[in-house]
Parts: sequence; structure tokens; C-alpha cells
Amino acid sequence: MLTLSNVDAGYGTFQALFDCTLEVNAGEAVAVIGPNGAGKTTLMRVISGLIPARGGRMDMEGRDLVATPPHRIVDLGIAHVPENRRLFPRMSVEDNLRMGAFVPSARAAFSRRLEFVYDLFPRMKERRHQLAGTLSGGEQQMCAIGRALMSEPKLLLLDEPSAGLAPVIVQRIFELVRVIREQGLTVLIVEQNVQQVLRVVDRAYVLEAGSIRMSGAAEELAASDEIRRLYMGL
Amino acid sequence: MGRIDTRVWLIVIAAGLFVCLAYVPAIIREGNLGFAVSDVFLYEAMINGLLLGGVLALLSLGLNLIFGVVDVVWICYAEIVMLGMYGIYYLHSFYGVPLLLAMPAGILITAIIGYAVHELVIRHLLDSAPINQLLATGGLLFFFQSVATLAFGIDFRNLGVSLGSFPLTEDIYISWSRLAAFVTAAACVAGLYLFLTRTFMGTAIRAISQDREIMTLMGAAQGRLYLISSAIGGGLAGLAACLLVLQYDVHPFVGLSFGPITFMICVLGGLGNMVGGFIAAFILSELIALGGYHFDLEWGYVFAFAFFIAMMFVRPEGIMGRRS
Ligand SMILES: Nc1ncnc2c1ncn2[C@@H]1O[C@H](COP(=O)(O)OP(=O)(O)OP(=O)(O)O)[C@@H](O)[C@H]1O
Ligand SMILES: [Mg+2]
Repeated sequence: MLTLSNVDAGYGTFQALFDCTLEVNAGEAVAVIGPNGAGKTTLMRVISGLIPARGGRMDMEGRDLVATPPHRIVDLGIAHVPENRRLFPRMSVEDNLRMGAFVPSARAAFSRRLEFVYDLFPRMKERRHQLAGTLSGGEQQMCAIGRALMSEPKLLLLDEPSAGLAPVIVQRIFELVRVIREQGLTVLIVEQNVQQVLRVVDRAYVLEAGSIRMSGAAEELAASDEIRRLYMGL
Repeated sequence: MGRIDTRVWLIVIAAGLFVCLAYVPAIIREGNLGFAVSDVFLYEAMINGLLLGGVLALLSLGLNLIFGVVDVVWICYAEIVMLGMYGIYYLHSFYGVPLLLAMPAGILITAIIGYAVHELVIRHLLDSAPINQLLATGGLLFFFQSVATLAFGIDFRNLGVSLGSFPLTEDIYISWSRLAAFVTAAACVAGLYLFLTRTFMGTAIRAISQDREIMTLMGAAQGRLYLISSAIGGGLAGLAACLLVLQYDVHPFVGLSFGPITFMICVLGGLGNMVGGFIAAFILSELIALGGYHFDLEWGYVFAFAFFIAMMFVRPEGIMGRRS
């Protein structure tokens, strides 16, 4: 579904990604793990067009992502739940969800999508008139995921959805990743909770200092001594 | 919660100031509260202040809309109003276009000017330092003034249309053109509010002013929303031109008589905050009206500026602004 080959990216004179090659197949859930500053967020931002790729190729279902203007990427079926949620804090939950359905195709299906998201997150329905900035951390994450789902994406990019949340809520978020997969969505997720994320994904990539160091099936990586030592503190 | 309290307090203080300014000078002069309270001309001045506030609110709304979305202050905003006034004046007085057609045409002209200002100038400066953006829109101010001087001369032009006035009570007369200006401005503020809160495009405009990068993720072309906001902002300047051309002469420097006050209103309300601007418009217009009634019109402006400066010390981010 999504393929990246030899992608380079950076900020100004600083190069954050070197020669990244990665693949996500339809129906899969794939994780990207790695230490702080490894370039995980940068990788997500390159895919959704927030920063340009400086080299390499990116395709989504055979369509060239590099040549697609940033605001057209969501039309290709990619929705990005950014790091730190980035809701519109002074707008209601429902208006935030409305913006998730901004593209014309999603706008036409707005009420159906809204119902879908409210079914998934009954809490969001209760809170629909509340300003997003006043939601609790967990609720904000639900709202951010709901907003991304409004565009009826095929591929969901999740950037550290569990960051800053209490353990119980973290459990719920990972549970949610399962539910979302059952809906037929493909998921690419960046996580610090390595142990937990490896239980919900099929495969994972290890990104270090801007390069893909390792990749493999989730169970394989979870069993690897190196991963256990470096990322699980075991 | 604490923040909301300060806002409420500020509005209470402004109201107190208003009452003091309204009655204290007369009490001191006449030594008699009864006289001050029953002074009908005082109420006429208050009503005129209210009516003036409507137009100022409209102007500050346009400026705030553009600032909120594009994050650039259009120093030349009042000059776009001036061009709109000229447009309406020439269409009507020169080419004999009926006023009811000339006015929408004027709004269209200024909407196109707003669009062009963004497309030709601002768009290329979005990543520049704020000072360069200010210099550019400040430069446009002189450019528009010079173009108007060259094209139309420095004569004061008057539409020559008088709507007259009507008696509200036996003693208080209200000018129709001021009332029409107020009602139109109020209707327009309400319309803009509905647009911003009830439509997809309006919601997107509010959203982009809160997080511009994320709207790209939602599939919005940033440039397009900027252009739409600039054109709406320009159109609001044109609407203000329709209302002002009925009351004031047009000349190339007419923008200077309400441009600075419009900026003060926006800053006092909290730059980019439309509700704050709306409240600030009425606070300043009442200060001007009451100062003008008890002393001279110039004193009215002195009070307004003094209040503004004092407020900048107390609350630099504006009445409804957020501390950043
Ligand atoms: N806007 C920016 N300008 C310059 N450098 C940046 C910018 N954003 C990120 N970087 C740098 O790029 C590198 C990768 O950052 P990135 O945010 O992708 O890391 P990350 O893996 O997501 O880290 P974390 O786990 O802390 O979220 C870092 O060295 C960071 O300092
Ligand atoms: Mg990150």
C-alpha cells in the first residue's frame, strides 16, 4: 500500500532521515520504534507531506506521494494523527471532527462519518460541544484519532498516541488500535511504549539516528535481546 | 477561571469610566446631579457614539479576520476603505450609477483589492520577518494614497446624498445615515459570526487561525483559505466604505482619520480576537463621543488614546487576548 524507497529529509541544513526504505501492506499494522530524536516524527511528516522529501521515492497505492501537493495527500487515503494531538483548542469537539472531513468527498459523507466516530468514541458524543482544549489528555487523543478517521482513510498514521497518558488510558489506546484494524484500516504507528506496541502490530522498524537499523516481525523483535535491552529496559 | 475574571473586571471598569465620563463633568459644571442625568444632548452623544462604534466594529472585524488567519497586519486597511469610497463616489456622481448598484460594486472592488494585496504582495512575504511584512503593508498605505492623489486629486468629494435625520424624542435627532450604518454593520457582524460558526469554510477559517499546519493535514490548501479571508476582509472594507461615504467627504487621506483608531481597537481587543475587537470598538467610540460632548472632539480622542495606553500597561495582550 505504502512504499518508501531511499527517502531523505531534513530541516534547513540538518538532515534528519537518511535513505529510509519502508513498506506497509494493506491491512497490516506496522510500528516504527526508536530513541528520542531518531526521526520518527520526521518520517510521519514526510509521508503526509508536511515536510518535503529531499530524495527517494514514496508511493501510496501506486500514486507518487512526492509529486502530490501536501493538501492532496489526505485525498489519497492517508490520515495523520500528529504528535501532541494538535487539536484546534478553541473549537468544539464537533468542529474539530468537522475539520477532519474537510475534503469534499468526506464533507459529502459528514453525518455518516460523524456517527461512525461517535459510535467508536461515545465519550466524544457526550463532549461534542466542549472546547477541545479543555478535554483531558485521553479525550484529546480520542478526538485527534476521531478527527483523522473523519476523512475515511485507508492508512492511519499515529505518532505516539500514548504519550503523556495514564497507564489505564494507554491500554485503551492500544485496544483502540486493534479495533481500528478490525475496521479494515492499515496502521503505521510510532511508539515509545515498545513492549505494548509490539503486541498490537504485525511488523516493526527500528529507526536510529535517521536510519532504519532493523526490521522484522513483531514477535521476532520482541524476542530479540538487543531490542529488549535497549527499548524495553529488560 | 482567573483570566475570565480579569476580562469581566476590565469591562466593568470600562463601564464605570463611561458613567464617570458621562456625568461627572456636568456635575462639576452644574453642581447638580439631576441636571446631568436629564441632559438629553448627553444621551444624543451616547447614541451617536454607539452608532459610530458599529462602523468601527465592522472595520476592526475585517482587520482582525485577516490578521487571525494570515498573521499579517494590514497597515493599509483604511486606505482600502478610502479606495472603496472613491469607487462608489465616481460610479454614482460621475457615471450616474444608482447608489444601490454603486455600493455592491464598491464592495466588489475592495474585495478584489483585498485579493490582489494578498496575491501580489503578502503571499510572497509569508515567511519573511514580521517587520518586513509591516513595512510592505505600510508601503501599500502610501502607495494607495499616492495613487488616489494622482487619479482623483486632493479635492474633498462629497456624494451629495443626504438621508436627513429623524427625531427620536422631542429633542434628540438621529441621522438616518448613521443609523443605517449602525444597523448594516451590526447585521454584517452577525452574518460574519454565522458564517464563521455555521459553515464549513468559516469553521476552516477559524481553524487555520489556531493551527495553520494542521489544516494542511485536513486537506485544506492554505493559500486558498488565505485568499478567501483576504477577499472577505477587503469586502468588509468596501462595506464600511458604503457606510462612511454617506457621512464623510472622500479625499486621499481620509483613511488616516479612522485607520489609527481601527488599529487601536484591534490591539485593545486583542489582535485577531473578533469578540474583543467588537467590545473595544464600542468602548473607544463612547469615550470619543463623551469626551467630544463635554469638551472638544479632539479631547474625545485624547481620552480614547489615554485609555488605550493605560490599558496597554495593564493588559498588553488586549481585553480578550490570550497571554502567549
Ligand atoms: N522543525 C525542526 N527544525 C530543525 N530540526 C528539527 C525540527 N524538528 C525536528 N528536528 C530535528 O530532527 C531530528 C528528528 O526529530 P524527530 O522529531 O523526527 O524525532 P523523534 O524520533 O520523533 O523524537 P521523539 O521520540 O522525541 O518524538 C531531531 O534531531 C530534531 O532535533
Ligand atoms: Mg516524535
